[in-house]
Amino acid sequence: MMEHYLSLLFKAVFVENLALAFFLGMCTFLAVSKKIETAIGLGIAVIVVQTITVPVNSLIDQYLLQEGALAWLGLPELDLSFLGLITYIGVIAAMVQILEMLLDRYFPALYQALGIFLPLITVNCAILGGSLFMVERGYNLAESTVYGFGSGFGWALALVLLAGIREKLKYSDVPDGLQGLGITFITTGLMAMAFMAFSGIQL
Amino acid sequence: MATQSARLLLEPIVDNNPITLQILGICSALAVTTKLAPAITMSIALTAVIVGASVIISLIRRHMPSSIRIIIQMTIIASLVILVDQVLQAFAYERSKQLSVFVGLIITNCIVLGRAEAFASKNPPWPSFLDALGHGLGYSVILISVAAIRELLGSGSLLDVQILPLVKEGGWYEPNGLMLLAPGAFFIIGLMIWVIRSWKPAQLEKPEYRINVVHRTESL
Repeated sequence: MMEHYLSLLFKAVFVENLALAFFLGMCTFLAVSKKIETAIGLGIAVIVVQTITVPVNSLIDQYLLQEGALAWLGLPELDLSFLGLITYIGVIAAMVQILEMLLDRYFPALYQALGIFLPLITVNCAILGGSLFMVERGYNLAESTVYGFGSGFGWALALVLLAGIREKLKYSDVPDGLQGLGITFITTGLMAMAFMAFSGIQL
Repeated sequence: MATQSARLLLEPIVDNNPITLQILGICSALAVTTKLAPAITMSIALTAVIVGASVIISLIRRHMPSSIRIIIQMTIIASLVILVDQVLQAFAYERSKQLSVFVGLIITNCIVLGRAEAFASKNPPWPSFLDALGHGLGYSVILISVAAIRELLGSGSLLDVQILPLVKEGGWYEPNGLMLLAPGAFFIIGLMIWVIRSWKPAQLEKPEYRINVVHRTESL
């Protein structure tokens, strides 16, 4: 049983990395990877939000939206799954808001450090993507918690690695047309190739 | 007035392209481009959503309290995306399965919210319509060209019609498998940005550090 979760975690972090294999959260990924400190701050925020929202959306999907999920209310033939998208984005926005208030109240130092990144997570497609993949693959509550943590961690890992490379890269002599965005794309491509080496591994 | 409209419509296609210059909406641009057909569907879906959202938001722009405008915009965009998703599931079920979660992810596509926030909430419906259509087309142009390159080099075909005869079917073309994988997409967009910026030098980014430049006080 343990092995199943370990393999799911490994797969979410390395093999199916949200940033490098599914291109999710690319806008933020490219915009915030200029410095290691900010990358770490955003990475932690994404891990926390992802670990909370994926299981919450999993519960909502199981007990409210899925076909036949409302059987406990005596409405077994109702299928609300078309409301999925709007519900998940609402849950994510609400979770981010609650997290922001809690952090502000109990961990002001962390709240200061995360700053603008926390509200921006609402429109990060890695978060919504995590929830949508969870629904598509039909993970249960425990699996979706592991998947949420793993996919968030994988995204953060890729972000911090890219930030490290870019800090070195700004001292190198890049052709004019590739300066900035162009070379970042090619670097990300090379990183994605490196991560593909994990694809055959089964735990 | 006519030139103004033309500028709104044409500028986002090359000069101010949402993907290559503004770095918006890249997620889906990379993920659905292994074949040309899904890329075209995705382009149509996104253009429909962005035009719909911009026009609706522009129509109600005077009635929207600015403190809750983001949530109103998100709700409008999410409703339009659900609509597009349902239409795709009803009339093109295979294609909708192929695009999997990426139709849903149009909600968090920064181009849509970006145009709603930056343009449509301040301008009348007709300019907003043109601006949204221009950005939709700018996105589609990049998406379709990336998909065409990837499908042609990766499987030797366009829209599933074999263009380059493959070696394993007795032809001469050995397909480049890298093009179908994630890194290929990154390389193509990177190289495409290089081409566009060499053509339009105004888009070049200034390097943060200059190497081999003698400091002025040293030369004195």
